[in-house]
Amino acid sequence: MSATANNTGNENAMATATEKLGTYLCTYGDLIAERQERDPVWLRQLREDAWQRFHAKGFPNTHDEDWRFTNLAALARTPFQRAVKGRVTVSSGQIERFRVPGAGCRLVFVNGHFAPDLSEVCDLPDTLEICSLERAIAKAMEGSEPEGCAPEGIEQHLGRYADVRRDVFSALNTALWEDGAYLRIHRGAVIERPIHLLYVSAGAGAAIMTHPRTLIVAEPTSHAAVIEDYVSIGEETAFSNAVTELVAGQDAVVSHFLVERENLAAFNVSTLRLELARGTNVSSHSILLGGGLVRNNVHPVLAGEGAECLINGLFVGAGRQHLDNYMLVEHSQPQCSSRQFYNGILDDRARGVFHGRIVVHKDAQKTDAKQTNRNLLLSDDARIDTKPQLEIYADDVKCTHGATIGQIEEEQLFYLRSRGIEETSARNLLLYAFAAECLDRMHDSPAREFVASLIGERLTDLAVNHQAAASPAPVKEETQSWEEVG
Amino acid sequence: MALLEIQDLHASVDGHEILKGLNLTVNAGEVHSIMGPNGSGKSTLAAVLARRETYQVTGGRVLFNGKDLLEMKPEDAACEGVFLAFQYPVEIPGIGNAYFVRSAMNAIRKFHGQDELDAMDFLPLYKERMKILEMDDKLVNRSVNEGFSGGEKKRNEILQMAMLEPKLAILDETDSGLDIDALRIVAKGVNAMRGPDRAFLVITHYQRLLDYITPDFVHVLVDGKIVRSGGPELALELEDTGYGPSEADVPQVLPA
Repeated sequence: MSATANNTGNENAMATATEKLGTYLCTYGDLIAERQERDPVWLRQLREDAWQRFHAKGFPNTHDEDWRFTNLAALARTPFQRAVKGRVTVSSGQIERFRVPGAGCRLVFVNGHFAPDLSEVCDLPDTLEICSLERAIAKAMEGSEPEGCAPEGIEQHLGRYADVRRDVFSALNTALWEDGAYLRIHRGAVIERPIHLLYVSAGAGAAIMTHPRTLIVAEPTSHAAVIEDYVSIGEETAFSNAVTELVAGQDAVVSHFLVERENLAAFNVSTLRLELARGTNVSSHSILLGGGLVRNNVHPVLAGEGAECLINGLFVGAGRQHLDNYMLVEHSQPQCSSRQFYNGILDDRARGVFHGRIVVHKDAQKTDAKQTNRNLLLSDDARIDTKPQLEIYADDVKCTHGATIGQIEEEQLFYLRSRGIEETSARNLLLYAFAAECLDRMHDSPAREFVASLIGERLTDLAVNHQAAASPAPVKEETQSWEEVG
Repeated sequence: MALLEIQDLHASVDGHEILKGLNLTVNAGEVHSIMGPNGSGKSTLAAVLARRETYQVTGGRVLFNGKDLLEMKPEDAACEGVFLAFQYPVEIPGIGNAYFVRSAMNAIRKFHGQDELDAMDFLPLYKERMKILEMDDKLVNRSVNEGFSGGEKKRNEILQMAMLEPKLAILDETDSGLDIDALRIVAKGVNAMRGPDRAFLVITHYQRLLDYITPDFVHVLVDGKIVRSGGPELALELEDTGYGPSEADVPQVLPA
């Protein structure tokens, strides 16, 4: 792309973006009017501030360093509408295939709205509170508590961590969220089975947007694993802009899994903001397999001495998928360690981004931060942009980073085939071996088994498609290009 | 019918002709040794027989068990019973050694319409054969060849051969880089596999390996052709006189 074309294109994109903010403005107006009675004052204030932020900044363009490799023109251009509650109904049969075997409970949201009939929250220990965030707040306003849910923690935590000043998508979510999950794990509680939060986009006849908001409060010394899972029913486009705030109290051990397996027309921006108190051990595992344009923001703040954070991820793209991973790891207290490991597999014309930013603040002496991004490109047209960024303001720290980009090695493929393993299986084995590095960093659990099987299926598809593409076949029609400008 | 019948085989790599009309017949039960100087085409022959696609066959034909070997993909050749012990075994991080061999065995069993082996059937057999090759149990779950010593890698090749039970095993300089103990162990593994239904093509630089694996035939490969053939005594003679074409009427070929 020439510089001139680029500039003109971006000006157009900005014009379009500003114009399209109109639909967001309408949505905001409707929402505020509707919620006048229902939202507490602090929440209205939160929305108002966030909205001002979003409205002032609009969608970023590729001149913004944090968005250099991801063009949002197609997203900004699409007039997404708010999903009307109850317009689309989804049966339990339709979501059966999204079940996580071994999960302890499940909250289901359809187009951003809580679906109690599809959710399963029976037989829970009384040390775990789980409910719809919207309901929890509504009940609090009415003065009665929802069953199993004491919402006093909500005001204390909601919106206190998400970075609405820097990140417009967090601002947009904070202004427009309608529902999501609220989880509170009591002090010392050990929740054995993973908690499944299923966010379903279901065809609504129009391009819809949702802004799921999740708040997870893990009290001191509690243990839990949460799977946040984004899926589609049907092939329609949708825009999910999710924000999750996970607050880990002292010595808590929490694993968070993000699973993106939406259809290829989906736009998905998700932001995971982790707040780590002293001595916590928090893992974030992002498994990006689906979606058309995906931006995965993970933003841990190691805010207590001796906290440990694992930021682990795998992204697998084919066709014209665009999978962007933006890590911002902030060390603000001494003796903390963070480990980032992201593996990418890209085929066809898929594009991946890994932007790993580590900020070590002045007081964070003895920080130990490590970042590794490994990528496998399966076609000449696949592309990865990988960018480490270290900002260190303390003087006694250990920070390392590294990135690799490679291909399936012909030597390895031949070795497997020479033992009788046919080519597709051999390819699949090698892909799986590469992807399994990400699984090796998860504890044995139903959550790990679940993502392992998803990854296995995805890689089998990839190996089969690759084989089909290698033999003469009609050229696949290109459905969407995220590179288009304006 | 011969097990392997190579007729006037020509093959090139990157446009350079390496094999220039090679003829060889191997019957079941026989051990043939191919000797020759560096660059004479020994490894090319091994790679062509294992159907490596980077080697282009430009002429001739190869029948394996009466079937056209040159029409087969690497995996088909393997399923038909061709096995290549690599000169440089490949490391494959992330795939367990035992898992790999079991996948290969099951691929071959499937090809022949047999039931797959589960881990319970497989593992005792695998461990027993490991013992013959004096391999450490800890290698079972390690990634294929990753972090193995040179000797462990070569023994691992022989272990795979012992598990896959091929009809034709090609050992491509399996002796290179082995100390005498490892050499003895490898030879023991090979000798245990000798039988009336199986043939070996032992490619080597040195006579040393043939002290332990006695061949029925020795062939000398020079510049892409077999220039001499004889019994085991030929290997000893070569040890003394080298590969010079003194006794064969082959023109000396100088590198271009």
